[in-house]
Amino acid sequence: MTSRIISDSSEWTFALLERFDRELGRLAHEVYGLDTYANQIEVIGSEQMIDAYSSVGLPINYHHWSFGKQFVSTEQTYRRGQMGLAYEIVINSNPCISYLMEENTLPMQALVIAHACYGHNSFFKGNYLFRAWTSADAIIDYLVFARKYIASCEERYGEAAVELLLDSCHALMNHGVDRYQRPAPLSMTEEQRRQDERADYIQSQVNDLWRTIPTHGGDGTPPGDAPWPPEPQENLLYFIEKNAPLLEPWQREIVRIVRKISQYFYPQRQTQVMNEGWATFWHFTLINRLYDEGFVSDGFMLEFLQSHTGVIFQPPFDAPYYSGLNPYALGFAMMRDIRRICESPTAEDRDWFPDIAGGDWLKVLDFAMRNFKDESFIAQFLSPHLMREFHLFAVRDDDREDTIAVTAIHEEQGYRALRQALAEQYNLGSREPNIQVVNVDRRGDRSLTLRHFRHNRRPLAESADEVLRHVRRLWGFRVRMESVDEQGRVQLIAEL
Amino acid sequence: MSHFIDRRLNGRNKSAVNRQRFIKRYKTQLKRAVADAVNKRSITDIDSGEQVGIPSRDISEPVFHHGPGGTRDMVHPGNRDFLTGDQIQRPEGGGRGGSGQGKAGKGGLGEDEFIFDLSREEFMDLLFDDLELPNLVRNQLLGSTEFKTIRSGYRTDGAPSNIDVVRSLKGSIARRTALGGPHRARIRELEEEIAALLALGAQAEDPRILILREEIERQRTRIAALPFIDTFDLRYQGFVKQPEPTSKAVMVCIMDVSGSMDQARKNLAKRFFILLYLFLKRNYDRIEVVFIRHHTVAQEVDEQEFFYSRETGGTVVSSALDLTYDVLRQRYDPGVWNIYAAQASDGDNWDSDSATCRDLLTTKLLPLMRYFAYVEITPRQHQSLWYAYQEVAAAHRHFAMRQIDGADDIFPVFRDLFKRQVA
Repeated sequence: MTSRIISDSSEWTFALLERFDRELGRLAHEVYGLDTYANQIEVIGSEQMIDAYSSVGLPINYHHWSFGKQFVSTEQTYRRGQMGLAYEIVINSNPCISYLMEENTLPMQALVIAHACYGHNSFFKGNYLFRAWTSADAIIDYLVFARKYIASCEERYGEAAVELLLDSCHALMNHGVDRYQRPAPLSMTEEQRRQDERADYIQSQVNDLWRTIPTHGGDGTPPGDAPWPPEPQENLLYFIEKNAPLLEPWQREIVRIVRKISQYFYPQRQTQVMNEGWATFWHFTLINRLYDEGFVSDGFMLEFLQSHTGVIFQPPFDAPYYSGLNPYALGFAMMRDIRRICESPTAEDRDWFPDIAGGDWLKVLDFAMRNFKDESFIAQFLSPHLMREFHLFAVRDDDREDTIAVTAIHEEQGYRALRQALAEQYNLGSREPNIQVVNVDRRGDRSLTLRHFRHNRRPLAESADEVLRHVRRLWGFRVRMESVDEQGRVQLIAEL
Repeated sequence: MSHFIDRRLNGRNKSAVNRQRFIKRYKTQLKRAVADAVNKRSITDIDSGEQVGIPSRDISEPVFHHGPGGTRDMVHPGNRDFLTGDQIQRPEGGGRGGSGQGKAGKGGLGEDEFIFDLSREEFMDLLFDDLELPNLVRNQLLGSTEFKTIRSGYRTDGAPSNIDVVRSLKGSIARRTALGGPHRARIRELEEEIAALLALGAQAEDPRILILREEIERQRTRIAALPFIDTFDLRYQGFVKQPEPTSKAVMVCIMDVSGSMDQARKNLAKRFFILLYLFLKRNYDRIEVVFIRHHTVAQEVDEQEFFYSRETGGTVVSSALDLTYDVLRQRYDPGVWNIYAAQASDGDNWDSDSATCRDLLTTKLLPLMRYFAYVEITPRQHQSLWYAYQEVAAAHRHFAMRQIDGADDIFPVFRDLFKRQVA
């Protein structure tokens, strides 16, 4: 029998890449039943990779100095060899765009195709957060629209004005997402058609908001002075876009663009462990299958395994280069663990996961990928086996105590607490401070009051003052920041 | 299902705009960094790109996030000997281990630098931003004026390379239309006659009609005989020389290389002149530089010798001023040239010579000059030359003097001497 090995060289060619893609695609779709968008695989040079990096991984973006800063620092660390570039960048769009770097060897390219074009791609298409929050069909069009629109604003109102506005919006970007509604899908034509219309309406509505026809009653207190907004608002950018009194229509549109892009990234920030774990699991599974079927050689596998182990390396907490849990390592281990629980469950697994132990691993993994985010995924699927394998332990750092307490370790009594603590660590809601708009003094000085609801007594970092200045710039009037502790006591912490 | 696209040939510098904006935004900080950098450089590599750093704090993008304090639960991997309920000492400093994430907050003391490479161009731009030669005047001259060639309309003669094709063909069409006009009119008349005859019932072979047709053919031949293009049609792009106000300038660099200038001070002086030289080369296309060095006698030398040769002896400053005057008188007419001079010395001089220098400057040199800058490189007490020059400075606004103590002063003094003056 002739050898089925695709190539034993480390040099790639387009023909070889296509062969690999065909084989990997066959395995992914026919053997493992992954559902993916069509792939658009682009080969780029390292400089272009740095370019792509610095526009937050988007293939096209508006101009801003912060991307330049990102570019400069990435370029710098790369040139000095302090950092390898990521092997790939993949964009949640339809078709799913992945970048391969020219400098990679053939095994690396195959790994990246398996990882990005089948792993990430199927995750983007399947996970509920991505389905609910992003429209892969429209994102590229929307970015084109955003870039053109901002460029035209720069022409008309000056680079400086646009830059100031973008600075302020970027400061609030993480607080510019909706958590509970599904946004309407965007498309460029749609956006453009609605844009003028919207600009006019928004302006008129805002004016209406502030219209003060003297309707004082006899007793001197104006009626209808109920607190406003009626309910606290957590999407600061949305609130500002719709209600800031002095913004021009074009400024509102830019706030909106930043908000939309932030929203687009919101699912990615919540599914880091899952997304990377899923993609890593699939590149591992697919390439191993290729090897089993005789398509790749031993040498190929050695190189592949070397990269793979580098990606999933988890240094212990006391190693000098430890910087938290590696999402690739944790995610990959959890995916593998789920497969293990399905295929060869122990008594402990049957006890902890009665509904999946011994089940069909493909179905269970698919279910997990579709219906969870990091927080719930860990809370649901982190097994005692894995906690022991990672030697996980939970510590509590309380600034009222002199020492740090170890609250749980990988033992019978600790599993649940440990799992709970780790899940909480990935809860975006507690990772980021909870800040809400609680009041606008409509009849007085138009001041805006924000409230920070403190969680575990954790204060805001010093940079909050500066962010507040950005809020003030957007709002145009006095801005107050209050802090609420767990007992409900309100304290004014900043006012500008 | 999958498409491969080779994008390697697409534009590489997608981020160039963003990079420019970044540099523009932090120009002030970068300028400071560039000024620091130039002081640290050796003489030979001043003229290159540079790695500069700006404090990360200045360029941070603020967001709301949790500060240190409160209670936080963290999960870490790699436990070996902790048991539930153990109390661990807080790790010192940067917080590795226990409170792993606290780095950014606690590390605030040591100022992190955001470091990156500037290209040579960018470096020089920032270095010499806002600097200029003071009092530069554009001399409008009658005799030896500079000319600039500019376009001016069209001409009927000129070199073949200047033929304006469009214009010439327009002429050709116009000429052919004009010259062919009578013939075409005649043809129309003849055709009308034929039509009239035919309308009256004449046969196509009627001899009258045949004669008319022959006539038409003749007229057509006349039209066809008109040349497609004629020398008469040719139009050439016209150029005229326009007199240009010029800004010719010459810089005289005078350096003391006497024995009292030890190697360190000579290096400082050379660095000063290298900066000056780079600045002039960069900002002015047509500027001449005269290098004069002196100990007891002055000598005009070339650039290479000025910066790199070693020679030594006693000090007579006036020798250099004399030579400067000679050079200017012979080669640089003050009516044509903007004349500048920069002098560097340690201030040592023969006592009696300082008064001579003062008089030379006041009576002969300064009246010719736009600007004279004197830098004294000495950490010690000033000597006679400084005091003599002080008198000059008091009397002349275009004479400036500064003192340089060490390498750190060079660039500030240089900036100070050549900063753009608001009129």
